Amino acid sequence: MSSPTTAPTVPDATARNWASDKLFLGMSFWEYAKSLATPGNFLAGLIMAIGLPLLAYRFIFGLGAATNLSQTNPWGIWIGFDLLSGVALAAGGYTLATSVYIFGLEKYHAVVRPAVLTGFLGYLFAVLGLAADLGRPWNLPVPIVYSFGGPSVMFEIAWCVVLYLTVLFMEFLPPIFEWLGWPKARLWAVRMTIGLTVFGVMLSTLHQSSLGALFLMAPTKLHPLWYSPFIPAYFFISSIAAGLSMVIVESALSHRAFQHRADHHTDVDGIALGLARGASIVLFAYFFVKLQGIADGGRWALLSTPYGYWFLVEMLGFILLPSMLFAYGARHSHVRLVRWTAAWTVLGIVVNRLNVSVIAMNWNVPDRYIPSFMEVWISITLVTLGVSTFRWIVNRMPVLKAHPEYPESSSH
Amino acid sequence: MKLNRRTFFKVAGTAGAAALAPARTASAATSAEVLDAGRRGVLVDTTKCIGCRACEAACSETNRLSGPAMPDDAAVFGSLRKTDTTSFTVVNRVTPATPERFVKQQCMHCLEPACASACLARALDKTPMGPVVYHKDRCLGCRYCMVACPFDVPKYEYDKALPYVTKCTFCADRQAKGESPACTSVCPTGALTFGNRNELLDIARERLYAKGSPYVRHIYGENEVGGTSWMYITDIPIEKLGLPTDVGSYAYSSLTQASLAAVPFVLTLWPPLLMGIYSFSKRRDAVAAHGSDTQEEADHV
Repeated sequence: MSSPTTAPTVPDATARNWASDKLFLGMSFWEYAKSLATPGNFLAGLIMAIGLPLLAYRFIFGLGAATNLSQTNPWGIWIGFDLLSGVALAAGGYTLATSVYIFGLEKYHAVVRPAVLTGFLGYLFAVLGLAADLGRPWNLPVPIVYSFGGPSVMFEIAWCVVLYLTVLFMEFLPPIFEWLGWPKARLWAVRMTIGLTVFGVMLSTLHQSSLGALFLMAPTKLHPLWYSPFIPAYFFISSIAAGLSMVIVESALSHRAFQHRADHHTDVDGIALGLARGASIVLFAYFFVKLQGIADGGRWALLSTPYGYWFLVEMLGFILLPSMLFAYGARHSHVRLVRWTAAWTVLGIVVNRLNVSVIAMNWNVPDRYIPSFMEVWISITLVTLGVSTFRWIVNRMPVLKAHPEYPESSSH
Repeated sequence: MKLNRRTFFKVAGTAGAAALAPARTASAATSAEVLDAGRRGVLVDTTKCIGCRACEAACSETNRLSGPAMPDDAAVFGSLRKTDTTSFTVVNRVTPATPERFVKQQCMHCLEPACASACLARALDKTPMGPVVYHKDRCLGCRYCMVACPFDVPKYEYDKALPYVTKCTFCADRQAKGESPACTSVCPTGALTFGNRNELLDIARERLYAKGSPYVRHIYGENEVGGTSWMYITDIPIEKLGLPTDVGSYAYSSLTQASLAAVPFVLTLWPPLLMGIYSFSKRRDAVAAHGSDTQEEADHV
């Protein structure tokens, strides 16, 4: 739902023009308000109209009232889906920025901005999901400001996520300044690109892998097929596949949904095929590193148990299969296949993160966790908020198409 | 095109700023203190426990807890109870009869606690004398301590809007005043012995290796998870105590050591590597744009 952040009072004509131009897509406030009455916005509004009060309910009555978390299962889908999956799927930002700005793969320049925006919003709403999950979210600054848990993996993640959220925001400053019409500020922001990209890769390497390293502390609780000393490597490698797949999915959807805002010269199909080639290789490597973990730990016998079957579904169905399909689709220029495979891979990453954090966690105790209705609805609400914010920005700022005054920003 | 000075300084500055992030040690900050001979502990001799649950009552009184419920013994010992937010210690009957054996459970106060090395804000912290204490003002409520603790000790106040993590404190404030923990001070049979951990180990070994000793020759907690302040000896198989036997004899902080040790390498190796690739790709583009002369030159470089 593309609602403006405020309904400003407009004292004079200049301000009215500015608001109309920047916020209301060139319409007057009332025209704009009427234009919001679409089925999509209605659905988004409905989800939020229920979800936001549920969020308030969670903070007033506590986690016990809103969630199915327990003493045995302290982490649920707000960690497994909102945080772990959200951060993995937001990896397109660093993946694409590195490909274009560091490796010089100009072909993908047109999708860097949407990838960075998806990354920023992915992290932002992952952090908001985390704030819902934390018992005392207002203490979030404690480990940043004065009480440092140095030996904690979680401490490293907190620092990296705070810094990387800032980096992503700064990486997205050029389109914001182009939108505001501030050329000097824009130039200053553009000059930071390489430095920010390098810093972003450093931070992403650290926290994407460390989100996996969190589970190293639970050797007796996580099922041995998923527990491995290599789990940080699994998380990092799969985040690259997640980022690439997410960019394929997101660019296909945006260029369909925002036709009037998109650049029709952008070779969306060619980009998808190129990214598919990369994703295929990364998934193949991921498959073999996971296989090595099984061999290394001597876990073969566990494959013929119910958890083993589910593990094989993940390994063969969500890793090896999409790797093959990406390769086939890229070789035969089968764009539709590539896009469906990308969507399947995105689902596979979510399955993996839920396996590690929820499904294969505490597999050996009777007290099992199934998310409550409120947990699910609040997660859906956060996704809806993320998509709505993405729409609001894409409809206003030069994301899918270069600003007419700065044509080079998406061509080289 | 060469990597120019300005770009170099920008990147160097970024890397430098990252390297200034608070230094971390891969092992828990307390590892040197583990060897401290002044460390306190408790020896639980299950052959002496009669299941009177005076320790439970004393714990609740000292910590002003509402639990545990105190119905008759038959009702209490019919099931295996767990500690929770209103009872920091519970005594369970782990064998039905002959011998009837009871096991007290509470925080083990590990020498290198998983919870403390998991905590990002040092809300859970190991004190030199033994107790693992909770600074509630620092806690974010992420519950990673609960995931990390192999004994499932930290319990969360899910029913509260302003929740805290709760667990046995080893009566750290009583210890600071020179008193013994509440539970150990009321034990009528000598099943709980509070004292210097090293001396407790000697006492335990004396009992285990005395002539005709009925004890199983294993001190639970001597080496488990790298050693715990609370230690158990018994005359029934260790697996029957209701304490986890799959936890290993290494400190849990060692599990994430390799991962954390990689941090400085990422911070120092990524920038030059990426900038190298960057200048290479820049040059490749420049060569492609300027034709064959430069191409040959490029091949020699």
